[in-house]
Amino acid sequence: MSDRQEWPLYEVFIRSKQGLDHKHVGSLHAPDAKLALQNARDVYTRRGEGVSIWVVPSSAITASDPEDKASNFDPADDKIYRHPTFYTLPKEVDHM
Amino acid sequence: MYTQSMDIPGQQPRAVAAAEQGAQEQEFEARIAADRKVEPRDWMPEAYRRTLVRQISQHAHSEVVGMLPEGNWLTRAPTLKRKAILMAKVQDEGGHGLYLYAAAETLGVSRDTLLDQLHSGKAKYSSIFNYPTVSWADIGAIGWLVDGAAIMNQIPLCRCSYGPYARAMIRVCKEESFHQRQGYEIMLALANGTPAQKRMAQDALDRWWWPVLAMFGPHDSDSQHSGQSMRWGIKRVSNDDLRQKFVDATVPQAELLGLTLPDPLLKWNAQRGHYDFGPIDWDDFWKVVNGDGPCNRERLATRVRAHAEGAWVREAAMAHAEKQRRKAHQEAA
Ligand SMILES: [Fe+2]
Ligand SMILES: [Fe+2]
Repeated sequence: MSDRQEWPLYEVFIRSKQGLDHKHVGSLHAPDAKLALQNARDVYTRRGEGVSIWVVPSSAITASDPEDKASNFDPADDKIYRHPTFYTLPKEVDHM
Repeated sequence: MYTQSMDIPGQQPRAVAAAEQGAQEQEFEARIAADRKVEPRDWMPEAYRRTLVRQISQHAHSEVVGMLPEGNWLTRAPTLKRKAILMAKVQDEGGHGLYLYAAAETLGVSRDTLLDQLHSGKAKYSSIFNYPTVSWADIGAIGWLVDGAAIMNQIPLCRCSYGPYARAMIRVCKEESFHQRQGYEIMLALANGTPAQKRMAQDALDRWWWPVLAMFGPHDSDSQHSGQSMRWGIKRVSNDDLRQKFVDATVPQAELLGLTLPDPLLKWNAQRGHYDFGPIDWDDFWKVVNGDGPCNRERLATRVRAHAEGAWVREAAMAHAEKQRRKAHQEAA
């Protein structure tokens, strides 16, 4: 209870297998990046869950504000022409 | 009216804030009603946040204190295989604690604060870990029954309305199933062993059965937080329903072992389609919850000692990291 200086927080990302993206799996505390990697290996890959790990200091992440969700993401909703299903083509070439 | 719309500095923004809060609250309620997830930076009512911090941190504390009764047998496991298995299980429980503390931290509370609450006795952990593990059969009974009950409780939590808690639970549940299976396998070996071994298994079952049933918490009619938690989608299945489900699942498992559940009132009720069972000793449950179980003091003291004795490691690692950073900085300059 005496140590007031908490280890910094890291976010952990794991590539579950070769060819897939790294995916956020959780977070942990560690004194530095090297130990963060080792701790991530110990807690997040005990059953072959991954082939590669990234750790990122949580403080280094810039996130979008949930308050701006509507202005950020709603405009995409009315641009249906961005999707292939918007276009009706003759049957002969419809697999395009 | 004029008197009420006097222009008092500071009043206007407050009124706006209240209106905004109203809109946020409506959005939160709508999200809960539509069964959509709440994420860390979304607006949430203070009581929702407090309830989650309390529940998730208690859950985390239980995983961590839960390592102690089993850790007690690591050096005395009967074979190398059993020792390796038990080590893996105890290590998993430490990991579960980590996932859960991390989920609680997304709600804006620090790990140190949560640990202080555990170590000062202010925060609770599951009452089940305040019972002693006096024989190897207890390790079997814990895996089979305690982890079995925990799984029953944790599966619905995978659908909890708070995203980080739900995701932590999915991870935990994946790891948890081997815990119950290895426990049952220990019981199986003992139940099929010598008469003395079988007696050992029965004795463990006799001691653990009732505390495990109490683990699901007070009856729905006496459970103070349950209603609101259900409305918020934090809790999905009531204490009594989970307990019943557990009893129904466990009776045939005990029969297969050739062991007897220590309840003379236990009986299949064809009308209900469930097993009836005898009354739980709630006085004993509350005694243990409130600090007077057989091992409360010992568990907490062991936990505090482990933390205190690890302090120098945490400080040294931090100092080393600091030094490396300074060195790298100097070399770059
Ligand atoms: Fe666990
Ligand atoms: Fe477990």
